[in-house]
Amino acid sequence: MFTYSLLAGLLFGLYFSLIGLGLNLVFGVMRIVNLAHGDFLMLGAFLAFWLFTLFALNPVPAIVIAFLVFASVGLPLYYLLVPRLLRAKDPEMLSFILFFGLSQVIEAVTTIAFGTSERSIPGDQLGHAVAAVAGFFAGHKVDTGPVELLGQTFPASWVASGVASGCAVLLVYVYLYRTRLGYLTRAVMDNREEAIATGINVHRVSAVAFGIGLGLAAAAGVFAPFMLGSITPAMGGEVTVTAFAVIVIGSLGNPLGTVLGGIVYGISYMFMQSYYSSWANLLPYVLLIAILLVRPSGLLGRRVRRA
Amino acid sequence: MPRIVRHVLLILLPVVAAFAILPSVYGNQLLLFNFMIFMTLTQGLNIIYGFTGYLPFGYVGFFGAGAYGFSLMVIHLHAPPLIALPVGGGAAVALAVLLTPLFRLSGAYFSIANLAAALAVFQVVSNPNLESITKGPYGISLSGVFDPTLAYGTALAVLAATIGLVIYLRNSHFGMALKAIREDPISAGMAGINVVRERVIAWLLSALVAGLAGGVFAWYVSVFYPETVFSVEFTIFAIVFALFGGNATVIGPILGVIILYGIYNAVGISTPQYFQLLYGALIMGLVMFLPNGLASLLQRWGIDVP
Repeated sequence: MFTYSLLAGLLFGLYFSLIGLGLNLVFGVMRIVNLAHGDFLMLGAFLAFWLFTLFALNPVPAIVIAFLVFASVGLPLYYLLVPRLLRAKDPEMLSFILFFGLSQVIEAVTTIAFGTSERSIPGDQLGHAVAAVAGFFAGHKVDTGPVELLGQTFPASWVASGVASGCAVLLVYVYLYRTRLGYLTRAVMDNREEAIATGINVHRVSAVAFGIGLGLAAAAGVFAPFMLGSITPAMGGEVTVTAFAVIVIGSLGNPLGTVLGGIVYGISYMFMQSYYSSWANLLPYVLLIAILLVRPSGLLGRRVRRA
Repeated sequence: MPRIVRHVLLILLPVVAAFAILPSVYGNQLLLFNFMIFMTLTQGLNIIYGFTGYLPFGYVGFFGAGAYGFSLMVIHLHAPPLIALPVGGGAAVALAVLLTPLFRLSGAYFSIANLAAALAVFQVVSNPNLESITKGPYGISLSGVFDPTLAYGTALAVLAATIGLVIYLRNSHFGMALKAIREDPISAGMAGINVVRERVIAWLLSALVAGLAGGVFAWYVSVFYPETVFSVEFTIFAIVFALFGGNATVIGPILGVIILYGIYNAVGISTPQYFQLLYGALIMGLVMFLPNGLASLLQRWGIDVP
């Protein structure tokens, strides 16, 4: 039970990091709070669901499609909302309310379009992908089914989600630390005023970061049917709170802290599920408040937040 | 005539008179009761959000705490409602005291942490393990003390007291001090205002208002589930109504409730998602173009908004 909880926690932790990563990137670069993050995740989940239902498309390519679609939604949305917001007196607080309004609009439109019924994608769809990859490396055909890790069996979809999340996090790391635009992004995160003074086109950098943030949310949404249960238009709010718990535990504005936050969150979630399952729902909230009060800057935070 | 007297005569008395007379003219008492509850909650939120700038996203936690404080007194101690009601308010204040450390956070962090706190309270109250105390997720029934007329009157008294409190804040040094803290806490502190104390007083008053509203709501509806009194919708409605009307004014939240809750009852009950779309779009529009609500529009035309 202990090993099982630990490994499952690690898999979920990687997935939770992916959920939090986009939110943290947007916060880190623009100092605005995207309260509609969970709703973009929900839209990504619906996109994957429709791609699967209409075109029988496997969720794995859907990840890339979801990312690209929502990254390109993010760019115009940035120019529509954010520059105006940043001119206001208290952008952080106003963004909080503005994106709350956006989340309500998204939820309402999705409800009007799809109704409130719960939807899901069969869990073996990701299993097929895992089996194909395993078969490629093993040199022979591998059966779709539960995956064995250190003597414990897990649903193949968990392993696939965990691994894919890990890859996505790695890609964001490469973007931030190995590309020119990522370098500029980190400059804006570090000090916005000085970045402007050195001639960096802050709006362009921010718009790309915003697009990537939404794209990551949507990509995380593709796994939602496997990791979070069936998808409904109303699922966004809870996801947003979870994402906040994850990034606050890590450190606000530090994308790599998110990975630590996600893993801490995932493992403690799984241990709660195994040992005190009836109180597990309480965990994100209590963990969030406790960490905020004890270490307002998060586990990896270097200094007290200015905000 | 001093401003404070004028505000009492022009705002408080007409509102109270309207809610006192309307039930004898208009049959749907529940609707009028809901208007009063939302007006009370919106004004309560106005105390903390309008005057201090802290947006409590988990404001409904105090409402729920009030409802449960009231109900548990009635169920376990068989207290008469009018004695249980202050206990409900006390439960909300106790929760607020417990949450005062949240003021170490500011802006969005405070809001998120407060939301998390309200959800945590909800998870505890609705946990099946606590069924013997809180009835868990199975809900509360207070049919023994059911008395809609008296509950309606009590709600009216709570509403009157709340509006009175906001009128006081609007016209007193205390309210001015709160607004100074909202604008610039450091300068306010240098001007001799005890920032921490004033802020905490506003916070506790705001929680007390929500707790009393929750208690009287529990009494009036008499049968409810944890999801009913901890529904995030209460917070959201109160925030939207206050934003729409105009924060830190007396009349703004009242107008907000009358107009928006009126629209909600016209279109929202049959098709809630259309109302959700409407108020979502409304929030976005307000933040982008009219961040200080209807009141600021009037002020721009040179009208003194109470």
